[in-house]
Order: sequence, then structure tokens, then C-alpha cells
Amino acid sequence: MHTDQKPILEVKSLSKNFGGLRALNDVDMHILPKEIVALIGPNGAGKTTFFNCVTGIYVPTEGEVWAGREGHENKKLNGIVPHEITKYGLARTFQNIRLFSSMTVLENVMVGRHTRTKAGIVNAIFRGGAFKKEEQDTVDRGYELLKEVGLEKHWKDEACNLPYGAQRRLEIARALATEPFLLFLDEPAAGMNPQETVELKELVLRIREKFNLSILLIEHDMGMVMSLSDRIYVMEYGSRIAAGTPDEIRHNPQVIRAYLGESEDA
Amino acid sequence: MDWQYFLEILFSGLTRGSIYALIALGYTMVYGIIELINFAHGEIYMLGAFTAFIVAGILGSMGFSASAILVIAAFVAIIWCVAYGYTMEKIAYKPLRGQSRLAPLISAIGMSIFLQNYVQLAQTAEFLRFPIRMPRVEFLDVLGGILRSSDFVILVTSAFIMVCLSVFIRYTKLGKAMRATAQNRKMAMLLGIDADKIISLTFIVGSGLAALGGTLIATHTMQVGFGIGFIAGMKAFTAAVLGGIGSIPGAMLGGLVLGLAESFTTGYFAGDYEDVLAFVLLVLILIFRPSGILGKAKVQKV
Amino acid sequence: MFTPKRLIRSALISIWFMILVFPIVGIRIIKRAPEFFYDRVLVIGAITFVLAVLWSWYFEVYKDRDLSKGISSQVSRKFSALSEKITNDKNTALKLILVLFIVFMILPVFTSMYQTTVYSLAFLYVMLALGLNIVVGIAGQLVLGYAAFYAVGAYTYALLNQYLGLGFWTCLPIAGFITVIAGLLLAFPVLRLRGDYLAIVTLGFGEIVRLLLINWANFTGGNRGIANIPRPGLFGLELSPEASTIYIYYLCLFAAIITIIIVARLINSRVGLALQALREDEIASEAMGIDLRKIKLSAFALGSCWAGFAGVLFAARNSYINPTSFTFMDSAMILSMVVLGGMGSIVGVALAALVLTLLPEYLRAFSEYRMLIFGLLMVTMMVFRPQGIIPPAKRKYYPTALQNEENS
Repeated sequence: MHTDQKPILEVKSLSKNFGGLRALNDVDMHILPKEIVALIGPNGAGKTTFFNCVTGIYVPTEGEVWAGREGHENKKLNGIVPHEITKYGLARTFQNIRLFSSMTVLENVMVGRHTRTKAGIVNAIFRGGAFKKEEQDTVDRGYELLKEVGLEKHWKDEACNLPYGAQRRLEIARALATEPFLLFLDEPAAGMNPQETVELKELVLRIREKFNLSILLIEHDMGMVMSLSDRIYVMEYGSRIAAGTPDEIRHNPQVIRAYLGESEDA
Repeated sequence: MDWQYFLEILFSGLTRGSIYALIALGYTMVYGIIELINFAHGEIYMLGAFTAFIVAGILGSMGFSASAILVIAAFVAIIWCVAYGYTMEKIAYKPLRGQSRLAPLISAIGMSIFLQNYVQLAQTAEFLRFPIRMPRVEFLDVLGGILRSSDFVILVTSAFIMVCLSVFIRYTKLGKAMRATAQNRKMAMLLGIDADKIISLTFIVGSGLAALGGTLIATHTMQVGFGIGFIAGMKAFTAAVLGGIGSIPGAMLGGLVLGLAESFTTGYFAGDYEDVLAFVLLVLILIFRPSGILGKAKVQKV
Repeated sequence: MFTPKRLIRSALISIWFMILVFPIVGIRIIKRAPEFFYDRVLVIGAITFVLAVLWSWYFEVYKDRDLSKGISSQVSRKFSALSEKITNDKNTALKLILVLFIVFMILPVFTSMYQTTVYSLAFLYVMLALGLNIVVGIAGQLVLGYAAFYAVGAYTYALLNQYLGLGFWTCLPIAGFITVIAGLLLAFPVLRLRGDYLAIVTLGFGEIVRLLLINWANFTGGNRGIANIPRPGLFGLELSPEASTIYIYYLCLFAAIITIIIVARLINSRVGLALQALREDEIASEAMGIDLRKIKLSAFALGSCWAGFAGVLFAARNSYINPTSFTFMDSAMILSMVVLGGMGSIVGVALAALVLTLLPEYLRAFSEYRMLIFGLLMVTMMVFRPQGIIPPAKRKYYPTALQNEENS
């Protein structure tokens, strides 16, 4: 589909040690523009650690992470702090929802606009025309994103009062507010019922098109993974054990064994 | 090299350090189990000193020997302060368990202010003279005054108590329950440990130790006052952090280290800056090694 | 309400407290012989008995529900509704502000000189509490040594005046600047710290400043302090003591008003939003592109500069300062104003500052028990209403899309 393009994310031999524990071992990965790639594997395989290394929360012990928007050169991301990486264009959601609970739904999304706006302390105190325009713009863009995820009616509600599935969608809206080119979703469907999962799938496809995103998602819901992803990477005990299209992965014996254990002759 | 002076400074530092250690244990145990800095802990120490003072004052006129009075005073102080600590926990901390970090801290500060003023109003704002002197231990005369009697008594008592505590924590069922609850309360509860009782026990033990410290210091300095809790509390907290907050051996070690540091600084350098030393140490440790000497660095899960 | 079981239980609790307080309250040994005060102990017994009855009845009636649903919660809900109306309904707010403004403007005419100085101090505490509110209430960074910045401001003016002869208006911006530097000095090393550790370091910092002021007597005057600090002149005119007291009063009033306006504007802006996000979740904030270092430094700088300005005004008001005005108790007092008033709420915090400064003056009869009640109040508030008296006002914004919908 998009094979000749420059990958917008390239991970080479990424490794991460925590003291004596090797949480990531020589992981390679690449993501092309507008691809939806899934990262799957049993619990403890290192998937979230991988996310954290790429988004700057951990510094890789070995290996390199390169990323860049379509049409731009890739830049090495090792050692760059998380907020710079977000500014660069990589955004994420969290496995355990990390919303700003006592702020409203709209305010949560507005925080996402922080990195694309610039009014400072002086502007806040003196309130010029440019400041007010930027503030209103932040509000409006935030509202648009809420519409995108279907939460616009709740814009005034406190984020902690939203139902679980809505909270996950809010996290996505917030991440989108940072205008990323690569979006990391950490178990976005966790705890959702089948109906919500279908809606989530449609949402992901929609935002890929509308915002020209590549998406890397960690997910355990195999139905969603198989039907949504262009490609899949499989991890186990910190290493990459398989990569390929959903079909290839479905029939890969190593993957099957990783998930189901040694089979007694299926 | 003036060995006499050196040894005096050394023992003085160890004595001070022992008192700090006794108080620091209370801080560290409570922090370890409910992650609260018990601001009012210093006040328990002060209450111990005052209670001992009262008992000593009453018994003094009755013709008991000094040793007997001190032992009785210590017992009474410990029992009463244990009650204070237990009550304090039930009123000011238990209702706030599980809330944000700020609420229990404010409550603790409020408790500290309340207790200080409570004693000030009920007794007096002035310093009072502790009536009983530590009885002389005769064989120390051989050492020619390097080690004073009251230093000796404090060192021996503290060492004994700390050994008992270590044995208790390590080998008894309750001690293990305390360690378990400190590490993972939910799991401990699932295993049948009554977390509420264990937390109360922690406060009880901590308060008892502080009360003992208060009694010893009152006898040592021959003085009690409503404000002694604050500074001693801050220093003991510094000691607890220095050794590694949450670690019981750490509190003991931290106490001794701080005591020696203060003593040597006062003895060989400027005397004025003694109090500043403790706070500077506190700030430096928290900035550069918050886990302290014996503590483990905490990794936060994202 | 008066079931036998409850009465017995309350009696037991009451006896427990009577025994508990007996050594301290019931016995005094000021002179040689011990004096016994059984009546005091009985009073305590009676009070605790009544409280125990009320407490257990309260919990009985609202059994199985958590504390937030009892009477206090109903009262506080009504109170919240009222305060929301005040803070969010523009008309009510404006009327209230106008009334207060007029009252404070004409106050010096009706009260004594002494009262005027009391109110000046109250306005200074409003400034201090709002400044601390930025750091603790909005940004969620717990600071326990705030009085240190207050001291830095006051001593900067006093020392600049003593050694270089600089006047009030010259020193005001300089002191603000130096206090901000102090704030950044504290902030830099603690950027990585959170929660309790941060609080303790700031406490240590506060104490170090105070102890340095005491011990460095050659420079700072030590415990004796610095006297003869000049009051600000009015366009170069020297004022009589009464006139300058009133002058200071108005300066403090306007300083407080300016502080309120600026803090309100800061909160309702991109900066304020980022500070709040910092309070809610640091890791998520960072992931959303907020530079944690920069925002924390900003919070500390903003918070400390108000204390600096207030310090200068304080030194001018008193004409004399010494280290005893800047103890941990003072820091704790300011912190309580923020927490009791409602973290993040301008109205709540300002109100708490005024009440906590003015009330002790009006309840002179109880002045001995002032700090005792204060400590008890802190504990009680945390148990029953930890979010403070007045919740923060809602941010004012409205999506254009919705406006258009309503208009069309």
C-alpha cells in the first residue's frame, strides 16, 4: 500500500535495562505514513515500556529511535524529554487513564493545545487582542475535537464524572489537540463493551483519514487488532517475536505458542 | 590531639543521636505504614517530657530514690503518650486515610499546633526545671568525666530498646504484620491482617519510643518546655530521612549520624550554626538522595 | 438520640479523655508542691461527653454513607451553591465587590488608628495567601516555608534602606526581583521532588532563612531586628504618623486588589491551565507538551514575588522587623488560609485570609485560646470539608460554535 514511503517512525535495536532486568531486547520497528500498526503480546512483554522509551519517558539503554513527519527528515529522538517529543509530533494516551480529573472535559482537551499556543505570563496579565484570540481559538479547536470523538455535549462536565469508555475517548481527543503525526494508543479498548469497541474502531479509522495520522496501538482485543491494523508486531519477554500482516500473524506458530502456551497438538 | 575532648564530643554526639533515633523511629514507622509525615510526633516527645516532669514532681516529695522515680516517671510517660498517640491517630488521621497527601499533612500540622498550645495553656509558657537528676553511675568515675552518668544511662537504655524493637520487628508475628502492612496494605488485609489495628500499633510503638526519649532528655537537660517538640521533631525527621524514611535501621543510623554531626560541628567549629546544620542536611539529602542512606530509590510506574 | 448504648459509649470516651488529659491539665507543679485542678478535668470530660454523643449520633444517622453525605455536607452544599452564585453570576459578584470596595475605602474614617493597622495587615495576608495559592492551590506544589519569601522581601527593604539609604518606592521592585530570585533558587533543586518531600524541603528552606537571619547578626541585626524603617512618602512629602498609617492602609488595600486582579487573570489563561494540569497529573501534563521545569519555575516565581511585595509593605507598616515575624507558624497560618479557604479559589482564600487575621482581633476574649482553636480548626476542616470553604470559580469561556447555535 504505502511501501516506498519514508517511515515516519524507525526503531533500531531498541533495548532497555532496569537494573538487572532487560525489559526490552533489541526491538526493531518501523511505521509508514497513515499506517495503523498494532503491538501485541502477553502482559509484561514490554509493550508499554516500548511506548515509554519512544515517547521520552525512559531513556533507551541501547538502540535508536528516529521519527519525522511525512516530507521531513527523520530526527533521532533518544534522550529528548517527553514534552519536546510531543511538540515534535508524537502524542499518546495511557494504559491507566490519566485525565485531569477535576478539570472539565473541554479543559482537558484545551491542555492539549498548550504546545501549539504561546501566550505567557505577561500576556495573561495584560490581555491583548492576540491573547484573547488565541484563548478563544483554543476553546473552539478543543470543542471541535470533542465533536470528533462524540463528547461535545459533555464539554462542561467534570472529567472524572464521565463513564469509562467516554474517558478513553476524551484522552484521544486530548492527544489529538497536540496536532501529532504519530499517535500512540495504549489499550484504548480496555474495559469497553462490543458496541463501544466498534465505535472506537470507526473513530480510529476516521481520525487517521482526517488528521493524516499514523497510529501505533497496544491492544489485547484481538478482534479489533485483526480488523483494524495494517501490520502487527508481536512481543514476548521484551523481544520482538513476529511481525507481519494480520493474516501472517494469525497463523504464526510462535505467536500462538506465546499466547496459548505449548499446545498439545491442536 | 586532645583525646579527652574528642571522646567527650563523641559521647555527647552519640547521646544526642540516641534521642534523635528514638524519635526518628516513630516518624519512620508511621511514614512507612501510611505515608504520612506525622508533624505532631515531636509533640508526643514533648508530652513525654512533661508527663515525666509531673510524675517526678509528685513522687519527689514522697521520698523515693531518684532511680525509682525516673523509672516510674518513664513508665507513666510512656503509657500516657501511647494513649495520646493512639487517640491522635483515631481522631485526626484515620478519617483521612486514602485521601490526597495534603489533607492528612494539614491535619497533622493542626494537631501539632493544638498540642503545643494545649500544653502551653494547661501548664505554662515558661521553661520548667526538671526536679530529678540522673543518678550517678559510680564506675564511670574511672573514665574521668568523659562519659557522664546521664549520657551513659541514655546510651544504654536506647541501645537496649532499639535491640528489643529490632527483635520485635524481625521475629514476632506482630512485627511481621507491621512490615507486611507497610509494604502492601491491601495484600496484608487479604491475608487476614487487621490493618487498622496494625496502624494503631505503629502509632503506639512510635509514641512509646518518643515518650521514652522525652523522659530521658528531660532528665538529661533538667528542663522541659512546651516548644521542645518542634525543633527536636524537625531534627529527628531529618535523621529519619537521612537514614532512609520507612527504614527502621535507617532511623537508628540516621539519628546517630545526625547527633554526631551536630556534636562535632559544635565542638570543633562554630556553635551558633548547630540548628542550621540539621536543616541544611535535610535539604541536601532530599535534593540529592531522597531515599537516604539505607533506603531504596522508588521507581514510579507510568 | 439518647440511647443507653450511646450514652454509655460516650461516657466511656469521656472518661478516657479525662484520664488522658489528667497529668497535663489536672496537675501543675509551678512552685514546689503539686496543685491539682480536678475542675478543669471535669470540664474536659463534660465537653468530650457531649461531643461524643453528637459524633456517634451523626454517624448513626448517616451510617454506611461516607462522611461526605452528612449534615455538614448538606450545609456545605448549600454553601457551595451560594458561593458558586457569587463567584459565577456576574451581577451578584459585581454588587458584592462594589459593597466591599466602598466599605474598605471609607473604613479608616470610622475606625481607630489601631484598627486601621489591623486591616492593613489583613490585606497583606490576602496578598500572601493568594500568592501561596498560586503555588499550592493551582499548581499543587506543597510549600511549607512561604514565610521565608515574606522575610526576604521585608529584609531587602530594611537592609537596602539601612546600608544604602534607598527609599520605599525604589526598594519595592528591587525586593520583588530579589524575592523571585530566592523563589527560583528554591525551585531549581526541587524540580524533581513531589508531595511530601517537596513540602519538607521548603520547610527546611524556610527555617534556614530564619536561622540565617538570626545568626548572621552583624549583617541582619539578629534577634534585635532592624528598626526605624521609613514609611513611604507621598510624592516626596513626609507624613505625620496618623496620615502615614492611613496612607499605608490604602497602599495595602490597593496592593491586595491588584493582586486579586492579576491572580484571576493568570488563572484564566493558558498559564493557569498548565499550572492546573501540573497539579492534576505531572506525567500526563508532560505528555501533552507542558515543559515541567519551566512551569514549576514559573509557579514558584509567581508565588514568591507577591510575598516579596507584601514583605516590603509589612516592613513599612511596622517600621521594625525581626525574625520572629517569619516563623514556621506564620507559614503554616498562610497555608491554612489557602487550604481552609479552598485551594485554587480566589474568593475563598481571600476570605479566609481576612477572617483568620481579623477574627482574633474581634474575639479578644479568646485570644489565649487563639492558636489552640486554630489548630483544632485545621484538623476539623480536614476531616469534614477538606476541599475548603469555597470551591474555585469556574473558568469563563464559551465555544464559538455553541454561541452561533444559540444565535441562529
